[in-house]
Amino acid sequence: MKNIYIGFLALFTVFLSCSEDNDIQIKTVDFTLNFTHNWNDTLITIADFNALKFTNKNKEKLSITKLRYLISDFTFYNQNGDTLSTDDYHLVDLEKDESLEFTLSEKIPVGTYSKVIFRFGFTKEKNSSGIYQDLNSNNFGVPEILGGGYHFMQFEGRFIDQNSETSPFLYHTISAYNNTDVANVISTDTSFEVTLSSIEIKNNATIEIKAGLAQWFEKPNTWDLNILSTDLMGNYDAQIKMSANGKSVFSLGAVTQ
Amino acid sequence: MIFSFLSCSSKKEELEEIYTPVVYDLKIPSLFKDKLIAPIIPADNPLTEEGIALGKKLFFDKILSGNNTQSCASCHQPQKSFVDQTRFSEGIDGNVGFRNAMPLFNLAWNFDERFNWDGSGLSLERQAFEPVRNPIEMHANWQDIEDKLNTHSAYPTLFKQAFGVLKIDSVLVTKALAQFERTLISGNSKFDKYLRGEAQLSSEEFNGFGIFMDESKGDCFHCHGSDNNPLWTDNLFHNNGLDVTFKDLGLGAITGDANDNGKFKSPSIRNLAFTAPYMHDGRFATLEDVINQYSQGLKASSTIDPLMKKVNQGGVQLSTQEKTDLKAFLLSLSDPEFINNPSFKQ
Repeated sequence: MKNIYIGFLALFTVFLSCSEDNDIQIKTVDFTLNFTHNWNDTLITIADFNALKFTNKNKEKLSITKLRYLISDFTFYNQNGDTLSTDDYHLVDLEKDESLEFTLSEKIPVGTYSKVIFRFGFTKEKNSSGIYQDLNSNNFGVPEILGGGYHFMQFEGRFIDQNSETSPFLYHTISAYNNTDVANVISTDTSFEVTLSSIEIKNNATIEIKAGLAQWFEKPNTWDLNILSTDLMGNYDAQIKMSANGKSVFSLGAVTQ
Repeated sequence: MIFSFLSCSSKKEELEEIYTPVVYDLKIPSLFKDKLIAPIIPADNPLTEEGIALGKKLFFDKILSGNNTQSCASCHQPQKSFVDQTRFSEGIDGNVGFRNAMPLFNLAWNFDERFNWDGSGLSLERQAFEPVRNPIEMHANWQDIEDKLNTHSAYPTLFKQAFGVLKIDSVLVTKALAQFERTLISGNSKFDKYLRGEAQLSSEEFNGFGIFMDESKGDCFHCHGSDNNPLWTDNLFHNNGLDVTFKDLGLGAITGDANDNGKFKSPSIRNLAFTAPYMHDGRFATLEDVINQYSQGLKASSTIDPLMKKVNQGGVQLSTQEKTDLKAFLLSLSDPEFINNPSFKQ
């Protein structure tokens, strides 16, 4: 599950082995992601769950009761354009402290990377039903009737609706699937890449990935929870919009090494 | 006198003899091996044939109760999927509890290791301490239990073989019980056989599965698992809309967090044919009652789970046929081989 595609490293290693004079060892280090969450730059932890303390762009007051999401496929681009990829994946769950930090399964060579990319969700090729034991054990699968595979995110809570009642929201993102016409099923890969800017890795590094949760409701689609709050997994159009909004959620924070 | 000395010496030697228990590998169903991460077996309590046999003996032995009238099996009966089919069980003093006895199966796959309806049992080993000493259950004193076991004709040898010790204590008792409980595995229901290509579902069962997995219908899978999660539970805690106010705080009484009030563990939907009545307080005598609750009986409260998304309409509003089909599917997850397994009986 965590095999590394060592394109760049293999090439570099071959080059070094041909060298007669030097026996240069490339230093490789741990690369750890630390996930933090905020609402318009105010830090959120599990301690902030259940309180109606957040207001989205559509002016709905809401609380958070659950947030977990899947990231995968890490690619490092060096300044020569070479790439190094891992196909790690990881489930971030705000109710599980240990999931807020994740170290890639393979060490990364030191150096300057013009960009680092990870994916929110799984690509279509990787999003096959039932193949990831840990995700199955976390009950993260998606029914076949909705296209199968896995959730990308379960973001749940309550909001005050237009009738001033407390109502639930289940902002579940999956790969978009439309089977209203069974003869013409439409499936769209709504996972997306998150590009982090240039990073110089010198030692074991921890990089902060900031998730601005308000963005899920904001850009480019202002989200009206009175219209779109539950039963969103089977709503193809909603999934397209959620994917679009998700692209502005994640950003690079502090780099510690 | 010399003969007595020799026979006592022989008994002491027998107890001091080094005995290596035989490692036991759990018989894991193929679907579990394929779909789930490895079961939890703590490093300080590995499974052995001797440990499991000892745990089974203890499970059925009334010696664990204050007046030697009740065993674990009194309320957790193998032929009933390890429940007793009463709403509340009666303890040795005739006192009745306030929670329905939970079935025992697939416990080694409870990855967060929070047991009981309220999550108060933090590991399978620790869970066993409470019912033995609880005044409304087996009402025993653990020191007394240890004394009885240490002076028993058979137990010292059995504990020596299982754990290599001469003195029995409560920790070892709970370890043995946990070892036996980890072997209670249910994974061969009709639906399991269907997934393995060994059985066909009826149209009702198949339609019922569809309702269970349909976000716009039952939407049961978010809490109760799926064909890719053969535990058929998320093993998490939810307020599923039973009450407006709470007589029983459930998880909230354990965490002290008011946001956990009214939350109880999602039970597995395996073996429902054998485990009536249902819910943490056994309030529903039949599966029809349960399905009706989710269909039109939901009640709002401050901590109701957002997954109870149709609470404002009373529930998911299934039709009569849909309810029938859903029940048929649920029953297809019951495993007669589990309740008839001689390895689990006294």
